[in-house]
Amino acid sequence: MNFMTDRKRAVGNGSAKSGTMAHWRMTLSSVGLLILIPLFIFTFGAILGHPYAEVVAYYSRPVPAAIAALTIAVSFMHFLGGVQVLIEDYVKGLTRKALVVAMTCLSYGAAGLGVFAVLRIAL
Amino acid sequence: MADVNRGNRPLSPHLTIYRPQLTSMTSIFVRLTGNALLVAMLMIVWWFVAAAAGPDAFATADGFVRSWFGDLVLFLSTWAIWYHMFGGIRHLIWDQGYMLGVKKSETAGLIMIIVSVLMTIFTVVAV
Repeated sequence: MNFMTDRKRAVGNGSAKSGTMAHWRMTLSSVGLLILIPLFIFTFGAILGHPYAEVVAYYSRPVPAAIAALTIAVSFMHFLGGVQVLIEDYVKGLTRKALVVAMTCLSYGAAGLGVFAVLRIAL
Repeated sequence: MADVNRGNRPLSPHLTIYRPQLTSMTSIFVRLTGNALLVAMLMIVWWFVAAAAGPDAFATADGFVRSWFGDLVLFLSTWAIWYHMFGGIRHLIWDQGYMLGVKKSETAGLIMIIVSVLMTIFTVVAV
């Protein structure tokens, strides 16, 4: 048996330098969501099930609208980081790249669309 | 570098014969809930986009979100978000170097399971 590991061979070759940033971004967005998610659950939950006119009136108010827009924006940045780790853990090669690109497009697309929709209702 | 000597080293017991622990199971479920929540969030974005588009589009999206299927997704997601959130708090604490012992980790794991269920019941009753 050969006991040399990838880590052992990597020691002394210097770090990739940028890896900690991915973890820090997840930490930042998680703290943001810690504040936003409870607010979103109870504001969105309060209006879900009401008729169209009431929903529009509710999200014309600045605080519920801001909570919704921020939650959508921050959560999709958090989803992007999380799903990317999932992809990189289980998928290799071109499929990995394609899935990371797809998830990046989906995240920014959904975040942009969601924030735009909330602003459209609010303004 | 990574292509050298793969699979010629001693491996830890395989997952299928390895006894599941509270720490590993709570960790797996944090990943599972986090990724599964994408479904609910995309549904919510659709709901907002439909509300911005007009009454007809809103009726379709709102009908879907409030159907038995949408209801089920939102109910499961309510538990998933609370569980994932408490799992995240545990990670933030671990990152600072606290509660890393097995006993404390298992206690925190048990607490997050119980509290996430209680918060789900509270949310369903209150909302």
